[in-house]
Amino acid sequence: MIALWIALGAVAFVVLLAGSVRYAATGLRGRRRAAPTATRPAPGRTPPARPTRPPGRAGQPDVLEAQVPEAHVPEVPLVLEPSVEALAPPSLRDRLGRTRGVFAGLRSLRGRGVDPETWDDLEETLLRADVGVSTVEVLLGDLRRRVASREIADGSELLDALRADLLDLLEVEQRWDAATPAGPAELPAPQVAPHPGDHDQEPVGRELRFDGEDGVVNVWLFVGVNGVGKTTTVGKVARQQASAGHSVLLAAGDTFRAAAGEQLETWAGRAGADIVRGAEGGDPSAVVFDAVQRAAARGNSLVLADTAGRLHTKVNLVEELKKIRRVADRAPGRVTEVLLVLDATTGQNGLTQARQFTDAVAVTGVVLTKLDGTAKGGIVVAIQRDLGLPVKLVGVGEGIEDLVPFDPADFVGALLA
Amino acid sequence: MFDALSDRLERIAGRLRSRGRLTDADLDGALAEIRAALLEADVEVGVVRAFVQAVRGRCAGEALSKSLTPGQQVIKAVHEELVGVLGGETLKLTYASRPPTVVLLAGLQGSGKTTTAAKLARWWKQQGRNPLLVGADLQRPAAVEQLRVLGRQAGVTVFSEPTDPVAVARAGLEEARRLGRDVLIVDTAGRLAIDQELMDEVRRVSGAVSPHYTLLVVDAMTGQDAVATAGAFHQTLALDGVVLTKLDGDARGGAALSVKGVVGRPIVFASTGEKLGDFDLFHPDRMADRILGMGDVLSLIEQAERTMDRDSMAKSAGRLMEGRFTLDDFLEQLQQVKKMGSLGGIMKLLPGMSKELRQAADQIDDREVARVEAIMRSMTPAERGDPTIIDGSRRIRIARGSGVGTQDVNHLLKQHREMQKVVKGMANGGGIPGMPGLTGMGGLGGGANGGAGGLGGLRNARKQLAALQAMGEEGGTQGGLAALLAGEGGLPSLEAVASGNRAPAGGGIPARRGAKGKKKKGGRVTPPKGR
Repeated sequence: MIALWIALGAVAFVVLLAGSVRYAATGLRGRRRAAPTATRPAPGRTPPARPTRPPGRAGQPDVLEAQVPEAHVPEVPLVLEPSVEALAPPSLRDRLGRTRGVFAGLRSLRGRGVDPETWDDLEETLLRADVGVSTVEVLLGDLRRRVASREIADGSELLDALRADLLDLLEVEQRWDAATPAGPAELPAPQVAPHPGDHDQEPVGRELRFDGEDGVVNVWLFVGVNGVGKTTTVGKVARQQASAGHSVLLAAGDTFRAAAGEQLETWAGRAGADIVRGAEGGDPSAVVFDAVQRAAARGNSLVLADTAGRLHTKVNLVEELKKIRRVADRAPGRVTEVLLVLDATTGQNGLTQARQFTDAVAVTGVVLTKLDGTAKGGIVVAIQRDLGLPVKLVGVGEGIEDLVPFDPADFVGALLA
Repeated sequence: MFDALSDRLERIAGRLRSRGRLTDADLDGALAEIRAALLEADVEVGVVRAFVQAVRGRCAGEALSKSLTPGQQVIKAVHEELVGVLGGETLKLTYASRPPTVVLLAGLQGSGKTTTAAKLARWWKQQGRNPLLVGADLQRPAAVEQLRVLGRQAGVTVFSEPTDPVAVARAGLEEARRLGRDVLIVDTAGRLAIDQELMDEVRRVSGAVSPHYTLLVVDAMTGQDAVATAGAFHQTLALDGVVLTKLDGDARGGAALSVKGVVGRPIVFASTGEKLGDFDLFHPDRMADRILGMGDVLSLIEQAERTMDRDSMAKSAGRLMEGRFTLDDFLEQLQQVKKMGSLGGIMKLLPGMSKELRQAADQIDDREVARVEAIMRSMTPAERGDPTIIDGSRRIRIARGSGVGTQDVNHLLKQHREMQKVVKGMANGGGIPGMPGLTGMGGLGGGANGGAGGLGGLRNARKQLAALQAMGEEGGTQGGLAALLAGEGGLPSLEAVASGNRAPAGGGIPARRGAKGKKKKGGRVTPPKGR
């Protein structure tokens, strides 16, 4: 065994050699990068922590407020028991409607026979939706067999079958550790090890988990790569949870990005929630810890913790995130949701992101943002298929109410539109 | 799941026989693999189709090279085509005769416009210009605040006022004239391409400042949607170029190809990190490698650069060049590597790893590294400097000190002796091993690399990539790799590394040929994901 180790060391040493020689060639140009540290270095000037302020400061035009039709907040108590259909506001369907018809669509397939062109159309539509090559191959492979065996006779039936298969893939009825596969028989079962800290093995649906036990501060952690919309999502969720009757506290755990705290504070004002902020460049775990403590003291039952965007490839930053989760899970805190925020425009890298974040902090669900654009977010099909992670919420706009429960039927409809 | 294209092609290459010419059937197989690989890299479907056609045209009827397998020949064609498409035309940044030169940034939400604006400002500042930043993103809460903080970090003034974006842009232009700034960078709010109202607004902003350069900011992780978005922005704003952001992740970045294919405008800048300095001109050949899944060694080197202490790296590199490699050096290297993350993860980035080795990498327990470290730490400095003084009783003491058996200490010493041999061989600059067929793949790096200033290092890295790939090839199994690194049979490869390394210092042609020749045999790259 030790021999292997030496070998590894040697491999690394060759790489180092490569790196250092490259350094010799380029490094003298003065492009020094900062020395590594366990956490991110503080920016040049560290502004002191500031008390909570109302929104609408300089640089914050009132126009914005006007664009947020506050009156139209759907009664979406997200935390909730499985009556999702009843809650689904028309919003998702309406918004998704905007993306329909961008590609001439598959409706023309209806009433036609199944020919090679049909397959090309199907494949192209799915690929364009970012479903991904391997998932598409599995889906279409199965359909091809069924067409060959005459189980499916024409284009209409084919479309219906595809729709049904996609819905199967997005099914969330089983438990995470289910022995039964998540879709058509040949698909691998989802392999997600529940986090040891999780208390339940209940079926995982799309509803957000909230532990009503006395003295418990629920912590919902929002994670993801840079620029997917974590802060905005936290703001929207805060508003919805607040109107659903929870007393919400926001934790501005993004201490890295300039002005991320201000951004969240604005949302806190809009949602009427309290916020705990730390110094820019400070330790995000400390912010989350403070937030949980303060929530316990004040009787807030729910802490929404924003985190800095981080690429899943950055070891240090992923470690930092693990620490945040550990700290948040310390009594009286209890992490009941770890939501991966994913941009609908994300391509195949989304699957890698989901996998790495799940490995690191046991993600419990996905928030798919920016679905009001032309992007269809098909990568979530692969994510659910491979990792068993359900999409729980969908972001469909910039307004505070533009966050709705995920509706598989609408989603698949838009995917195939 | 994400097989590198080079992997896939190597696999079919085995099935192709050299018939002097690529047959249509050969090509079809290869092109199907290329298609799948490009799709996995997020290149848009339509762009993939056009691209595959172009590669077909390039390959069809081309005589088979003696030194390349058909698969390799196809890769070469793909690579050349990729570099051609990605780098075909460059944007020459000139400055307006009547300053300021106005640059407008646009893009979707979260693509990185604000950060890019600050990075651009810093970049221009380094070019000796005097930029002014304008925060016209009045949509997102605290976006202007973010720009102000970043502007402070970059030492660039930020102008904004809470009116409306068009007015801010116009006032910013006046402000730049008043202050005598020669570059004006306008950050705008993120918007969806189908949001007509906001697209009209950005058009009005553009009208107000008549930008010399309109740059679209695109996230490297973008999937198929890149085309729709870029197309719409191009229609509205007549783009001049593209900035690709978040290239420090592991996304293949096929969006670059999609955008280039649809908009036809060059990718000008690449953003590769969260710090303001992580920003540079775009290098097409590097992107081509990345899309093909050959860029992992480059990212490894980058990762190394980011995390390692440069001074100590340079120092130990210097010692290595002189043929010295003590246990102190080894210890230092080990610690540096540890900073990069788990050894298993690093192993996966190395090219040419066999399946078994990758699996072994998965099972690697970083505590083993600690044991090796403990052994070395149980030695006295004198022992580390000159391990030959370690006799039986010292051995026992070291073993006790580190809680291992004496055989483990012996093992370490033996390995170290052999590594030292390798290092000595490198330092003596042993001959380049006989490598048949030295033309071909070497062309990959060439032209595109040389262009941009100060890229010697990159070119150099490419050679290391080649040499490392060759190495992996020879050390296909665990034992093989160990033997290779221990200097039995692997020595030639390491020499190739060394000679590749010295090339920029004046090594010249022989070194380069060594590296190139090797590259042909390599080609297996382990993607860091998928397992």
